[in-house]
Amino acid sequence: MACGKDGEQDSRIGGIAASIRVVPDFPKKGIMFQDITTLLLDPKAFKNTVDLFVERYIGKDVSVVAGIEARGFIFGPPIALAIGAKFVPLRKPRKLPGEVISEKYVLEYGTDCLEMHVGAVQPGDHALVVDDLIATGGTLCAAMNLLERAGAEVVECACVIELPELKGREKLNGKPLYVLVESR
Amino acid sequence: MKEVVMLEEENGGVVDPRLQAIKAAIRVVPHFPKPGIMFNDITTMLLRPKVFKDAVEIFVDRYRDLSISAVAGVEARGFIFGPPIALALGAKFIPLRKPKKLPGEVISESYVLEYGTDSLEMHVGAVQPGERVIIIDDLVATGGTLCAAINLLERVGADVVECACLIGLPKFKGGCWLNGKPVYVLVDCRH
Repeated sequence: MACGKDGEQDSRIGGIAASIRVVPDFPKKGIMFQDITTLLLDPKAFKNTVDLFVERYIGKDVSVVAGIEARGFIFGPPIALAIGAKFVPLRKPRKLPGEVISEKYVLEYGTDCLEMHVGAVQPGDHALVVDDLIATGGTLCAAMNLLERAGAEVVECACVIELPELKGREKLNGKPLYVLVESR
Repeated sequence: MKEVVMLEEENGGVVDPRLQAIKAAIRVVPHFPKPGIMFNDITTMLLRPKVFKDAVEIFVDRYRDLSISAVAGVEARGFIFGPPIALALGAKFIPLRKPKKLPGEVISESYVLEYGTDSLEMHVGAVQPGERVIIIDDLVATGGTLCAAINLLERVGADVVECACLIGLPKFKGGCWLNGKPVYVLVDCRH
């Protein structure tokens, strides 16, 4: 969680948390969907969100920011630009042109797949994985696997929101997770 | 405002070196997504931090003094370029998405594809009447998607100032408007 000195929460977190809208029963009944689009409509909250991540990673030798389609494409690039890192999009199947590597992961019902371009990252790259939210951790785990298969070292996963009850943090093979807001 | 401004043609024909680097950083992938299409792939540009930064800066410089209150980005590659521009301008970012991705109440605009139709959605309440908006995507080809985006914004009373893309297919060179709105393109497509 984003904390200042002495474990106090950074003063920007309250505004960020308040700007996130919960939409009940989306995409299906029983799910309380954490909607970050309202955060994006609040320029100050959006800037504070990006700043918190940038402050954490600037000067820390992160050479790659990998963003998970599609909401990771919103948060990843501003972070990459500010810290001088490459931005690598991780996409659903058949969206990336040219040669890709592919990693399957398990959904509640069935499987899905994430792809990355061959050559996007190299051994020696230090990568950050960015998405708007971590739930079960399945997608983030697939993302980390793609980067590691290409020889990069995953430094940390970074999300705006965590749903701690789904224990996604435990799926990350011991890699650290940094989040701004926990939603219970 | 000029109809289509390609920075290559300004300054008496002297090309902005940033544009040369942007064009060179775009990769052409033949026969994607299907035979005959030469796909202009911007992901290689995203691997060059200085080039990516320059592209964003060119757009930000263009819109900085135009009182833009919102940047709308077309899913998914418009999500990569729109947010950095919005942040630099102090503007809202509005994602325009494929059907059923946005939660809550949306408005929807259909558009025609080569075979069949598709649809773009925007949240109700994302933008207010009179707000000045720019629309961002990576590439403009037929203009179908951008037209749908313009329609969505105009239906809620927003003022679409311009559509901006990194890449434009040849028909956009030398002046083309979509739905009465100017289109601004950095480079023409590579073959």
